[in-house]
Amino acid sequence: MTTSVNMLLLLLGCALVTWLPRIIPFLFVKSVELPNVVLRWLKYIPICILSALVFESMFEEKGRFVVIDSFYFFAAIPTLAIAVWTKSLSKTVLAGVASMALLRLFFE
Amino acid sequence: METQYIATPDTFRQGVKDCLPTLLGYVSIGLAFGVVATTSNLSIMEIFLLSLLVYAGSAQFIFCGLYMAGAPVTVIILTTFIVNLRHLLMSLTVAPYFTKYSSIRNVGFGTLLTDETFGVAVTKIAQENRLGGKWMDGLNITAYSTWVAACTIGGLLGKWLPDAESWGLDYALAAMFIALLVLNLASSPRHQIMRYLKLIGIMALTLYCLLYFMPGHLAVLIATVIVATIGVMTE
Repeated sequence: MTTSVNMLLLLLGCALVTWLPRIIPFLFVKSVELPNVVLRWLKYIPICILSALVFESMFEEKGRFVVIDSFYFFAAIPTLAIAVWTKSLSKTVLAGVASMALLRLFFE
Repeated sequence: METQYIATPDTFRQGVKDCLPTLLGYVSIGLAFGVVATTSNLSIMEIFLLSLLVYAGSAQFIFCGLYMAGAPVTVIILTTFIVNLRHLLMSLTVAPYFTKYSSIRNVGFGTLLTDETFGVAVTKIAQENRLGGKWMDGLNITAYSTWVAACTIGGLLGKWLPDAESWGLDYALAAMFIALLVLNLASSPRHQIMRYLKLIGIMALTLYCLLYFMPGHLAVLIATVIVATIGVMTE
């Protein structure tokens, strides 16, 4: 009633290709000592991925150009200020959501 | 001027506690996903299975889009693979902190790693320079169960849910990444912060340019590899 064999196989295929990149490093790192240069490189990954995710949410494709989404940009200013000021994840999320709600309320 | 590490206990409960601030993001995006998935003609069972088996926000949305568009199975699977390939980098970053645990537990840590739990875990590394297995399980399992529940409930409630966007809830995720970025920077050694800020500037530019040539998720992956390499080369 709710799904088909084809759909189930598709879901399992998607699950497999998502699961392997997630677990292979965990198994690999246990048996192989990573060279120093790789470990140093990995130290940059957190800052890089997190900033990439922030910027990716801010940029949008508009016709032939990539532009800054103004709502996401302006909501980021108070959000960033609250993050720096409070150093609190939950307060920042609430401040960000409130900023975006207010922006939409007044400018949309 | 060594950084002072303040240790929190390695308990399941502490992991649950550290996960709480991310839950608004999971709930609002999960509910939104459930709604989108219903309108893409997925059944509740399929929504449940997708969030249970794939457990990756952006990939699930893209799955719906492609499925609706009638894309071939190979295209859907290949796209899901590419969208989720950044997990490889995230797992590689976190895995060295868990080498003392058994393989089976490591598979568990990896299976439930997401952008969000990765963000919380690397912030913990920046603050305490270590990760505990019980803590990681607490973090992961809280996030996972919340996500699956939110997606399924979103699918059940469907059109009765108010528009999350008008409440600004779609911004919970972006705000969370901003906070995690700031927390990571704040825990870095002081003399490194200027360098990191420069790298973040380079990231903005790199990502912007890449977005002209490829979709966002691929740009995130490639920009991360490029900028981390610039980071090592300019040490």
